Amino acid sequence: MAKRPISFTLNGTETGIFVNEGQNLLEALRREAGDLSPKFGCGQGTCGACTILIDGAPHLGCLTLAEAAQGRSIETTSGLADGPDLHPLQRAFMEGFAAQCGFCTSGMLMAAKALLVTNPHPTRDEVIEAISGNLCRCTGYEPIVDAILDAAIRLQGRVA
Amino acid sequence: MIEVHTFSQAAEAARTPGHILGGGTLLMRQVNYAPQTIEKLIRVTDPELQEIRADSTGIRIGAGVTMASIINHPDLSVLAPVARAIGAPALRNMATVGGNLFAPHPYGDLAVALLALDAFVIWSDGREEDMETFFQGRERTRGMVTHVVVPRVQSGQLRFRKVSRTRPKGISVMSIAVYLPGGSLSGRGARIAFGAMGPTPLRAKAAEAALENGAMDASGVAAACSVCGHGLAPQDDALASAWYRNEVAPVHLRRCLEGET
Ligand SMILES: Cc1cc2nc3c(=O)[nH]c(=O)nc-3n(C[C@H](O)[C@H](O)[C@H](O)COP(=O)(O)OP(=O)(O)OC[C@H]3O[C@@H](n4cnc5c(N)ncnc54)[C@H](O)[C@@H]3O)c2cc1C
Ligand code: FES
Ligand code: FES
Repeated sequence: MAKRPISFTLNGTETGIFVNEGQNLLEALRREAGDLSPKFGCGQGTCGACTILIDGAPHLGCLTLAEAAQGRSIETTSGLADGPDLHPLQRAFMEGFAAQCGFCTSGMLMAAKALLVTNPHPTRDEVIEAISGNLCRCTGYEPIVDAILDAAIRLQGRVA
Repeated sequence: MIEVHTFSQAAEAARTPGHILGGGTLLMRQVNYAPQTIEKLIRVTDPELQEIRADSTGIRIGAGVTMASIINHPDLSVLAPVARAIGAPALRNMATVGGNLFAPHPYGDLAVALLALDAFVIWSDGREEDMETFFQGRERTRGMVTHVVVPRVQSGQLRFRKVSRTRPKGISVMSIAVYLPGGSLSGRGARIAFGAMGPTPLRAKAAEAALENGAMDASGVAAACSVCGHGLAPQDDALASAWYRNEVAPVHLRRCLEGET
């Protein structure tokens, strides 16, 4: 199968990879770019574990054609921490026990980041709406919602 | 083996046989799970598909416009609640108008509103088709839709109700869109469309006629609701049986007509 070259920015770094025709972006990021932070849950848009940001907006990696990422800016959970310093969202998740098995966490964090960038002071309902495409089988969602609201307070005055 | 062909012009893309890729929220599922059923994906980067432009006929919406863009566009505030009822934020950044027109049962919530609004589609060869004709021929048609044209309507003229098992997000047990030219039940010329109540979105013509000829009060609404299932063809699926859909349709139509969301 012919491979095609594509390039994009991945968490601020210029990245070039070869993709198969028809390959989805989630698989391309994991297999070709070596970024294992977005997860494969269902491959059909239902679970949100593969949520990544494309040009700042949340997208489902599993349903995005990899070739469509050409020239775009992609953000994943790998880019959240600043060296040894966790992102306020990650810290809030950790301290608030918002991750149990952790499989949904990466998608939750990206959906939450997209929310806090555009809406730094969300209401509880707005948080629920923002993560409505992300399934969690462990936490019952409440600790996740609390953690995102907590991160909004921690971020006070800073961009998410 | 899937081939991906990318075109910068819609007209050229439409001449190549294959599956036209919108946002991919349905098509990429098929690519992921049944790649043997797809030979060619046709990707179109034509900026024409992204436009939202008002002209004398109404508002032209490119087939590649996403639900998120509808929500954010000042000229499309009437459709914003409908777009907001589709999926969750990430999905809305991907799902397109064109894909929604072709989305099989039980999907196509936006298409239901477009049917009630008497919008029309424009094909890449310039052909125009009203929504009803479009849906009648949808399973047979091959080609590419480039635009949908929505007549200008005021907020209050469109009522929309989506019935689902989970909120927010959740797929339609049914969706209902009602266009009321007078903005209230006191006017004439209402159009009622149902989604997930047949193979494509369908007009509830018997209910429309009952509303047209009936008293403009609760009894007229009741008469319209009691016949709303005529001409619809619901099917069983994992969300609800055809029987259940038929039973609850009058209740939800009444709530929709009365302005409950
Ligand atoms: C988790 C999840 C939740 C969903 N929830 C909803 C919901 O609540 N309501 C709802 O209505 N839908 C829902 N959907 C279905 C789907 O996301 C939407 O219907 C969406 O609008 C489809 O658009 P798309 O651009 O992604 O289509 P694609 O997957 O790109 O295409 C769908 C079909 O349309 C054809 N097509 C696309 N564009 C054109 C064009 N311009 N001309 C001709 N053919 C074209 C394609 O060839 C394909 O056959 C959901 C899907 C998922 C995965
Ligand atoms: S893996 Fe993409 S939504 Fe589940
Ligand atoms: S922590 Fe296990 S799925 Fe959410």
